[in-house]
Amino acid sequence: MTAVETEKAPRNAVFAGIDTFVNRHASVLPTVAAAVILSVLLVGANIRFDGRFLTPGNISALLLNNAFLMVLAVGMTFVIVTAGIDLSVGSVMGFTGILGASMLSGGVPAIVVIPTMLVAGALIGLLIGVLVQYFNVQPFIASLAGLFLGRGLAYVVSLNSIRVEDPVVLWLQTTRFRLGDWYITPTGIIALVVVAIGALVMQYTRFGRTVYAVGGSESSAELMGLKVARTKVMVYVISGLCGGLAGLLLTAFSGAGYPRYGIGTELDVIATVVIGGTLLAGGRGYVLGSMIGVFVFATITTIISFMGAEQSWTHIIVGGLLLLFIVVQRAIVARTSRTG
Amino acid sequence: MPADTDVPLIVEMRGITIRFPGVLALDNVDFSLRPGEIHSLMGENGAGKSTLIKALTGVYAIDSGSIMVSGEHQSFVTTADAQAAGISTVYQEINLCPNLSVGENVMLGHEKRGRFGIDWKSTFEEAEHHMASLGLDVDSRSILESHSIAIQQLIAISRAMVLDAKVLILDEPTSSLDRGEVEQLFGVIRSLRDRGVAILFVSHFLEQVYEISDRITVLRNGQLVGEHLVEELPRDALVAEMIGRELDDLTAISASAGREVDRTGTPVLRAAGLGKRGMLESADVSVYDGEVVGLAGLLGSGRTELVRLLYGADRPDTGEIDVAGVRQRVQSPRHAMARGMAFSSENRRAEGVVSDLTVAENMILGIQAQRGWLRRVRKSEQDAVVGEYMEALGVRPADPTMPAGNLSGGNQQKVLLARWLATAPELLILDEPTRGIDVGAKADIQRKVAELSAQGLSVIFISSELEEVLRIAQRVVVMRDRRSIGELESSKVNLDHLIDYIAHKEGSVLQ
Ligand SMILES: Nc1ncnc2c1ncn2[C@@H]1O[C@H](COP(=O)(O)OP(=O)(O)OP(=O)(O)O)[C@@H](O)[C@H]1O
Ligand SMILES: [Mg+2]
Repeated sequence: MTAVETEKAPRNAVFAGIDTFVNRHASVLPTVAAAVILSVLLVGANIRFDGRFLTPGNISALLLNNAFLMVLAVGMTFVIVTAGIDLSVGSVMGFTGILGASMLSGGVPAIVVIPTMLVAGALIGLLIGVLVQYFNVQPFIASLAGLFLGRGLAYVVSLNSIRVEDPVVLWLQTTRFRLGDWYITPTGIIALVVVAIGALVMQYTRFGRTVYAVGGSESSAELMGLKVARTKVMVYVISGLCGGLAGLLLTAFSGAGYPRYGIGTELDVIATVVIGGTLLAGGRGYVLGSMIGVFVFATITTIISFMGAEQSWTHIIVGGLLLLFIVVQRAIVARTSRTG
Repeated sequence: MPADTDVPLIVEMRGITIRFPGVLALDNVDFSLRPGEIHSLMGENGAGKSTLIKALTGVYAIDSGSIMVSGEHQSFVTTADAQAAGISTVYQEINLCPNLSVGENVMLGHEKRGRFGIDWKSTFEEAEHHMASLGLDVDSRSILESHSIAIQQLIAISRAMVLDAKVLILDEPTSSLDRGEVEQLFGVIRSLRDRGVAILFVSHFLEQVYEISDRITVLRNGQLVGEHLVEELPRDALVAEMIGRELDDLTAISASAGREVDRTGTPVLRAAGLGKRGMLESADVSVYDGEVVGLAGLLGSGRTELVRLLYGADRPDTGEIDVAGVRQRVQSPRHAMARGMAFSSENRRAEGVVSDLTVAENMILGIQAQRGWLRRVRKSEQDAVVGEYMEALGVRPADPTMPAGNLSGGNQQKVLLARWLATAPELLILDEPTRGIDVGAKADIQRKVAELSAQGLSVIFISSELEEVLRIAQRVVVMRDRRSIGELESSKVNLDHLIDYIAHKEGSVLQ
């Protein structure tokens, strides 16, 4: 007699099914919406350009051109799910890129340079994480400091572009594994592997679940005995590490390091993560969603260059989409959270 | 099976002192727990019960004193340390993550792991097993925030069962539960006790304390008053120890239920056939001038859902609402406020007290919202209102400049209540207003509601404590399975009738 029933006496099985589904999976709805938008964009563009858009070569290029963005988006997803933000990623990418390029041009072997780039990114992340966690600095401010630090360090390394001739680094970009007209570069593979690792860590490790718990309610997570402090520092380290890796991919992609690379990229990254269904308020979001967000962003860029229009339209359209998504997310949150 | 005194103590706290800015929350308090006993910690709101628990479990650092657990000196820095030492705690405010699934909330930090990380299937299975032991049957994959406070409270308790604890601490675990669930919980607590677990229990329900405890420790104003075996402490002695004086009797209030209400005019509020898919099937309710109408029913019977529809927090699909005889579409809480309604929600943490504002600011918030943000409430007027309600409800510490987040749970509840009373509405909706409030203050609140209604305020009063409903409401609307099933005059029924009626017994009601 004491069993508590919460099922809400629905009128029929269909409604019951919908209720159960919404109760369980409300948080994937924004991501599903992003996937729908992506499909509409791809199909629409294909019709508009008489079937010249959805070609294997074009789609393969989407990944190739945006591998670095995808890696950054993975790191950013971790941070945003804890209800933080990392504004430093663009300049960390720029800094590690120029650092790597200058070391390579100084004759340091790639086997040393690549780990150095990753560690440099992770260290800036660690600094931000420590500021946020132990000095109670707002993530916005702490990572803004990281942004300036990264950019400043980049200019310290070099004011000019440095060409990269190292075969290992160039191999990452120039190699094409082909399957018919489809191809993928090692940079693309790296990006997909990072997405896969990110998604698995978020879903199947205690660390990943703590990331969600912190975003849902930090004080609850603390009282539950979860390792909140360590987790919050770790997400910034991960984001910094992704920044370092993105620096490598961008250097390979452009064949050079340049201290002004990645200015404003942090905003693109945040936009892709949000479009992919991650809630800026924290607690909800998926790495796979962020990947979809990057593809949405990349598709819009490509469509605009197909149309031969000004690239600033990309940002106008992305801005509009972002607004739309934030509204959709609010609606979904309002729909699921109520006390009965 | 009360524990005897010879067994070694499992928890021994000596001379614990904790000072917060301006408040000595604990003053040289000793407290001990024996294996296999149920030990209640009693005291008024703000006496220091939750603080003592947080000192034991590593949330607050102690300023002086010593803590021994299983014979070893301990100074836990985090709750994780306390858990590792075998102490499992359910804190007073429900501490769960609203964004995660029910099952995950139960298991967070203790997920089952397979070769490839967390094994979700067996994790959810174990969560369901722990919930079942409390008689809780909910979809463990549904999102936590889609459930009511009561269910969340049961989920929080299920979480404490995951740890194979030597000490189980429950800080007001039953505040939102109804009789059935409390019985189920007590069954579980007793079987844990019989297995040798030491249980620390906090509740303001004296019946529950006497039903379950072996031993009682009383705190007052942060000081230890005494430790007693339950048989040696009669109720009035316990209350006297808690509040430091004898409790005035409640007969003055119970006159409220018998007061004649004139129901010939137009009701202040009348709702008929109100419903919303998935929330409420259909409910009728009306309230007249100066009347207190109680809503009674089991958990999930639709009481909160009904008042949310009345107040415009949710929009009804069906039914009609008349305010003062005029058909209305109450579209939003603002709308409702403009029509003289006020609603004090059961969900104090999410919708209630603003922790960073002071007690006075929190109390003024309602009046301010009513006036519009551009018209300041004059300082003298503020002081008068704040003074009146601090006094009437006995908010402690009586310092209106204190950040509201620093008050004890029960005192926050009083502040919230003051906020709505201060708006001087025509109709006040109170959802579980006395949850977590001590015996003395409960009487204060009931007295205030009775007094205001005698002056013409209409009230809809939801409470799981049926004695309370019968004491102050003239009429009780009974809800079951998400519909209203009837009305009773409180002067014509007694508690047993009401319980039978609620719990489905056919032909059990006179009317
Ligand atoms: N974080 C804090 N900062 C400042 N003061 C605090 C804090 N927490 C508690 N207090 C104060 O310490 C005293 C004891 O509070 P505590 O929460 O332990 O009371 P309680 O006995 O649990 O009361 P209740 O029955 O209302 O839950 C109160 O005066 C309260 O205002
Ligand atoms: Mg308390």
